[in-house]
Amino acid sequence: MSSDRSDGSGIVFWQGNEVVAEAAIAAGCRFYAGYPITPSSEIAHVMAERLPQVGGKFIQMEDEIASMGAIIGASLTGVKSMTATSGPGFSLKMENIGYAYMAEVPCVIVNVMRGGPSTGLPTAIGQSDVQQARWGTHGDHPTIALAPAFHREIYLSTIKAFNLSEKYRIPVMLMLDEVLAHMSEGMRVPEPSDYHLVDRVKPSVTPEEYFPYDTRFGDVPPMASYFEGFRFHVTGLNHTKTGFPTTNPDICQSEEERMIRKVMKDADALAEYESYLLDDAEIAIYAFGSTARGARGAVDEARKQGIKVGLFRAITLWPFPDKAIYALAKRVKAFVVPEVNLGQMIQEVERAAHRDMPIVGVNKVGGIPIPPSEILSKIKEVAKNG
Amino acid sequence: MAKAAIDYLYYLRADKLPHMWCPGCGIGIVVKAMIGAIDDLGWDKNDIAVISGIGCTSRAPGYLDMNTLHTTHGRALTFATGVKMAQSTKHVIVISGDGDATAIGGNHFIHACRRNIDITEIIVNNNIYGMTGGQFSPTTPYGAKAATTPYGNIDPSFDLVELAKGAGATYVARASVDNGRMMQKLLRDGMEHHGFSVIEVLANCHTQFGRRNKMSDAVTMIDWIANRVVAKAKADKMTLEELEGKVITGLMYQNKERPEYTDEYDKLIERVQAKTSAKAGSGK
Ligand code: SF4
Repeated sequence: MSSDRSDGSGIVFWQGNEVVAEAAIAAGCRFYAGYPITPSSEIAHVMAERLPQVGGKFIQMEDEIASMGAIIGASLTGVKSMTATSGPGFSLKMENIGYAYMAEVPCVIVNVMRGGPSTGLPTAIGQSDVQQARWGTHGDHPTIALAPAFHREIYLSTIKAFNLSEKYRIPVMLMLDEVLAHMSEGMRVPEPSDYHLVDRVKPSVTPEEYFPYDTRFGDVPPMASYFEGFRFHVTGLNHTKTGFPTTNPDICQSEEERMIRKVMKDADALAEYESYLLDDAEIAIYAFGSTARGARGAVDEARKQGIKVGLFRAITLWPFPDKAIYALAKRVKAFVVPEVNLGQMIQEVERAAHRDMPIVGVNKVGGIPIPPSEILSKIKEVAKNG
Repeated sequence: MAKAAIDYLYYLRADKLPHMWCPGCGIGIVVKAMIGAIDDLGWDKNDIAVISGIGCTSRAPGYLDMNTLHTTHGRALTFATGVKMAQSTKHVIVISGDGDATAIGGNHFIHACRRNIDITEIIVNNNIYGMTGGQFSPTTPYGAKAATTPYGNIDPSFDLVELAKGAGATYVARASVDNGRMMQKLLRDGMEHHGFSVIEVLANCHTQFGRRNKMSDAVTMIDWIANRVVAKAKADKMTLEELEGKVITGLMYQNKERPEYTDEYDKLIERVQAKTSAKAGSGK
């Protein structure tokens, strides 16, 4: 029983949050747990309306921690699950996000970034949770975080977030910002033929031969669902392939390394980005999310003024595109990194560039998007000094 | 009981034994009663999820040959709610200690009660944090010694039965480890009850609570429990003075009328889908 909220023309005029919700339904999400928080609440509104229509379930939990626990529980029964939050809510979810990494449970967490820290600027844009997405939960873990910038891309990235979570058995972060989430934009709803759906690999062995973390089948072990006769154990403690706790140093070491390797061995392929006018560029901009939209305008304007500048628009924040940035750093003279925080992804650009070269930020945390004119001024300044 | 003897090993993961609990710990008695209750109900172990948080009690699921989930501290009910929502025809049992369930997990506890979701929660109340080294919990008695109350506890304690009732649980009982038969019956009825069931089990942690309060062996502590409890039927005939210092065990409250949460959601789905298909039909 599908009835998405389009008028039948295929063209919709949704805000970013609505796009996420509709795309999640298309991706096969059938369980959503959330807690009210600005500016992500519209995702919950649409999920509450749409999930029962398709036989799925929505629950508003008592807090953010509970929402995160609930989606892990539902996912363990084989149901694709999602939660969405912002700011302080993302902090609260971190404990159970760590659990999902450790127990290798697929799920999707949307974070609509607002100003912070703490309650900060609840109704205004921020991009200051990007390092938290990487390192927010304690302990070592890999991270997959996507940051689309256009509504159709938000739709396809939401589907991709589910696909990657299923493929790698990990929680995947979808990082929007308040501007994208609340901006409405005309979009043709992608058809099922425009994307593919991935489901977790189920065991091919009998329950007697099944281990929940059996690496005979690769670094991503096949995953049974509860109530299918496998009767397996899941814990947040370090565990052996059986799922039961261990403190054996060799097993703890090799299993933690595997959990990182399962993602990082595909890091290059996972790092999705768009190159805009980079071929002959002397200055490269690294930007993501709504800031990248303004950066593109600044590039166009600078080009008109004869400055050879291009845009590296990151769609995948994590894993960071180390190789692509390293290669780019060899060709350009400088980087400009605009972001709505006081310098977070710029640290990664510096690390990956691995060169002594100007890498300068344009940083705003006043709850307003970075005006293209400020990015343009920085480009001109860098061009003059270079 | 004319039934055949229970094959406990059928329900246990024998290769995970011996268990990690101290000799004489009350948690083992609870696990035995749980198995007895499940056996009596005839539930298929493939259809049961046993979910816990963190603590001594929360290690119980690891020994049970079922779908088992050892979650984060205090959060067992949140994971359980997801499991039950996603698979509402299956049986979901949560087993938690007093600190896990009512301190760090207190918010989840009252809201699971309020929703009346069909989950059975067993709270093994031994009045202390055992695993982390004997700190006081929300159920440590006034004046008792704990690692963090070296001068005696000044924190008032929760009455878990009143808390569960007040928050909306529809089956509320209290059992104690000195009476395994009664515990098994209360667990059984709680599991069978269609709604949120809470069974508090008064248990001994002689290692962490007893040792600090002049009851350092299991027998002394279980005696202390046995001397305090009074069965509901008997208590009903006692005066308030006679009940001073006593704890009442038995079925404390049951309400079979209140709607269960996943039933309500299923009805909502039916309603929404009927409306959606009617709309789709008239539009053609
Ligand atoms: S510390 Fe207490 S609760 Fe824990 S196993 Fe020992 S006796 Fe039982």
